[in-house]
Amino acid sequence: MQQTRRSVIKAGGALGLLAAFGTALLSPVRALAAWNKGAFEAKSTLDAMRALGVNNTEESKEIQIRAPDIAENGAVVPIDITSSIAGTSAILVFIEKNPFPYVGSFDVSQGAVPFVHLRVKMGETSPVRVVVTAGGKHYTSAKEVKVTIGGCGG
Amino acid sequence: MADPMKIRATLQGDVADVRVLMAHPMETGQRKQGDKLVPLHFIQTISAQLNGRTVFNADISQAISRNPVFAFKVKGAKAGDKISVTWTDNKGEKRSDETEVRAGS
Repeated sequence: MQQTRRSVIKAGGALGLLAAFGTALLSPVRALAAWNKGAFEAKSTLDAMRALGVNNTEESKEIQIRAPDIAENGAVVPIDITSSIAGTSAILVFIEKNPFPYVGSFDVSQGAVPFVHLRVKMGETSPVRVVVTAGGKHYTSAKEVKVTIGGCGG
Repeated sequence: MADPMKIRATLQGDVADVRVLMAHPMETGQRKQGDKLVPLHFIQTISAQLNGRTVFNADISQAISRNPVFAFKVKGAKAGDKISVTWTDNKGEKRSDETEVRAGS
């Protein structure tokens, strides 16, 4: 009886140690994933990309952007993005002529299909630019969306 | 406390098609009420878990429309699995909701 009790305590201690080690391992990943203020406050797509560490992009036909050609209401523009590039880990979206072009990043590296649907506000007619990160490289594609009524002011 | 999200997860093969509707004003900080600007108030991060394991993360800006809608697809899901979604906004508000993956038609 005594022995069983000891081994249970020992096992518990080891488990605690493992949990602590696990947290220590995970925290740097979390820090990297922090909301990138610099990129979100950049006023041009180029500056936002730089803040995100995207320097070289390669045009790719393997990124499908489904968005309306003409959006009557700039406050709600639906966009579907699918990447067929092998090893896609993240999808970044920029509305080039918005006051702050960087819309967001979608991390699909942990078990999601490289697809995302979102609805954005567009101030005026602008290209919707998508950057896909795959295997440390960046691929890009864009689609022009015409906006009849802007969705930023009001 | 913000209103609950509406989450729907439907199975297509072993991929769960997840659709989320969040209740949030998503203020851009540029809209005027009278002659005063309405301050920035928007969701910044979203994460989704499949049975407690993180499978999808997003960092977003105020350019996302009011009452945001997102859809994404999660691999390796089966009927009855739990999908939970959490968002946090720039004022530190937080909301989590969960649903079960349903078999597709």
